[in-house]
Amino acid sequence: MFRKLSGAALALLAAFALGGIALHRDEPINALWIVTAAICVYLLGYRFYAAWIAAKVLMVDPTRATPAERLNNGRDFVPTHRAIVFGHHFAAIAGPGPLVGPTLAAQFGYLPGTLWILVGAVFGGCVQDMVILLLSTRRDGRSLGQMARDELGPLGGFASLIGTLLIMVILSAVLGLVLVNVMKHSPWATATVIATIPAAIIVGLYLRFWRPGRVLEGSILGFVLLALALVGGGWIDHQPTLRALFDYSGVALAALVAAYAFFAAILPVWLLLAPRDYLSTFLKIGTVLLLGVAIIVTHPMLKMPALTSFIDGTGPLFGGKVFPFVFITIACGAISGFHSLIASGTTPKLISSEADVRLVGYGGMALESFVAIMALIAATLLDPGVFFAINTGAGIVGATPEAAVHTISGWGFPVTVEQMRALASAMGEQTLFARTGGAPSLAVGMASIFGSTFGQGLLALWYHFAIMFEAVFLLATLDAGTRVGRFMLQDLLGHVWAPLGRTSWYPSVIFASAAMVAAWGYFLYVGVIDPNGGVNILWPLFGISNQMLAAIALSIATGIIIKSGKARYALVTLLPLAWLAVVTSTAAFQKITSPNIRIGLLSAANDLAAKLAAGVLPPDKAVVAPQLIFNQRLDAGLALLFTAILWLVIIDMARICVRRLRGLPVPASSEAAYRGRARLGTATAAAR
Amino acid sequence: MSPAPHAPLAATAARFWAWLREVSGDDAYERYQRHQAAHHPGEPVLGRRAHYEESQRRKWSGVSRCC
Repeated sequence: MFRKLSGAALALLAAFALGGIALHRDEPINALWIVTAAICVYLLGYRFYAAWIAAKVLMVDPTRATPAERLNNGRDFVPTHRAIVFGHHFAAIAGPGPLVGPTLAAQFGYLPGTLWILVGAVFGGCVQDMVILLLSTRRDGRSLGQMARDELGPLGGFASLIGTLLIMVILSAVLGLVLVNVMKHSPWATATVIATIPAAIIVGLYLRFWRPGRVLEGSILGFVLLALALVGGGWIDHQPTLRALFDYSGVALAALVAAYAFFAAILPVWLLLAPRDYLSTFLKIGTVLLLGVAIIVTHPMLKMPALTSFIDGTGPLFGGKVFPFVFITIACGAISGFHSLIASGTTPKLISSEADVRLVGYGGMALESFVAIMALIAATLLDPGVFFAINTGAGIVGATPEAAVHTISGWGFPVTVEQMRALASAMGEQTLFARTGGAPSLAVGMASIFGSTFGQGLLALWYHFAIMFEAVFLLATLDAGTRVGRFMLQDLLGHVWAPLGRTSWYPSVIFASAAMVAAWGYFLYVGVIDPNGGVNILWPLFGISNQMLAAIALSIATGIIIKSGKARYALVTLLPLAWLAVVTSTAAFQKITSPNIRIGLLSAANDLAAKLAAGVLPPDKAVVAPQLIFNQRLDAGLALLFTAILWLVIIDMARICVRRLRGLPVPASSEAAYRGRARLGTATAAAR
Repeated sequence: MSPAPHAPLAATAARFWAWLREVSGDDAYERYQRHQAAHHPGEPVLGRRAHYEESQRRKWSGVSRCC
């Protein structure tokens, strides 16, 4: 009775908050409306939809022994309490994606992003994560690629392998680009980010030699070192001779980032990668909690309108209409295919009871989605004029501050040079114009929230704290992505020549790492020299690739659900799959064929080629034009490839499903046979 | 882990501390020792450093961080 009543109260509150958002369309709205609506929507989804899926579609069975219990080896297979698994899983899925995407999508206003984050998570992302987690748990913790091969056939398996490798390349390039834009000509940010490397190494040495495995001690040491790096960066910024040493151009920083990632991929993990990850995880969770508290305490008004005129496709951050591009721009936070790699990786090997997949899979994604909501709030509480001045490349608004404010004010978002100068100086930066990539504007938003909660005097410190927070886990994802990409490449190359597949053979390690870094380093370099900022091209490509991976995961899930004789419930995964297929294909089609040069990659390349041939480009643009032209054609090819992989897997899945429904033979289910749990009862009992 | 009725705050703090140690991997070696003692008695047990190195190598050879 109580549960029913509180469920009804929750539904009422959600309706009230959403109604509030809907009714305040023409006046500024308070962030608390959005926070309230979001929390209620997640709770409703968790309480009703997730519970229904778990019971009816997945037939979650708490009496069934999980691989963690059956294969318990005290190492990777370990039955673990669900609160611990939740922490592990959330730390693994939460990356910089949900911070960047919503910031970029804020150009459409706060409404499209908010609605997609909520609806996409509740019906798409959370469902995908929970379903894949359960399917992998039922299959001894097998990976997505293995499940694709087992359940669909070799084509599905190969497609998911290639898809995953390509997504690693695009992801690393775009994260590298965001990082470069954060540090470009900002000695404070650069010095602080560079100082996090020795900080991580000191922690690595501490955890390896002095106090092996004492992770919490090491993290406290790391926390002190990070604080020193933050304050030290500010000190360096005030020393005229020192600050020149940390003032780099974009191209120089791109080279530094690539060199760093190469070494991080070949060095032993205990030295740099593992300790950096400890620091980034603590910083990430701590900052997200702090941001949540600060948003509730300050409950700021959102200054961005609900919808801007840019929903017609003329947006300055990236071209394209709100449909399909808001759904491509916000992948992480609504639905992220990448999560299916985690949900079929380490997490299923820790699950002690099938009943836990709802909390870990659905709940973990709901929390990540909430992070995306907070990023959207931080972006939309800025003056829209300021938001666009920070996030728009010089190629769109003009190279000088005067030209930029003139263009942006002309869009109906007034901003002045003095306002931008005062803001930059309060944040301890030279300029905030054209700091594309989303991270700097998020940092400005976070700094203003933290500033009004904890004191305005430290704005510059808060800004660079936010920058360090973003940079540390951009780097952590970059390191881990390069390393995993290296392993996957070695695995592939091993089929060509066996020694290349040996992960400890140094020539192969160096070759595969260099190839991986070169692949994403290329896209990073072109993004850096692009006068429009590069993010406008790379981020949609990343969104398309991530949604493609989500579609692969949902295809596998749909195939398994239909094969298990539950065709009537297949809409649970088929509906988000159909939506992703429509959105991704439309976006890719427009990116390839649109005659509008702000959207179409090929028409942009042809336009630039014609201008180059006619000699009308200024010399600085003429120098980089051939590389931009080639890159845009390459990106069009990639978008086509992603779409082709997407449809191949969908057709493969449909073929299996039709055969199953007609009673023809299909690949047998790879589900492990049922075995009852040895000790029923509390999860902790099994964990000990 | 057992809650003490007279000191709920202390019990909560202790539970949080235990959770933090386990979720961060701070107590990984102790859990490993317990596992070995319970399931593989008499077999050689890795030292702290070797166990730490081995667990890090394993953790970072698959996809363990996301976008």
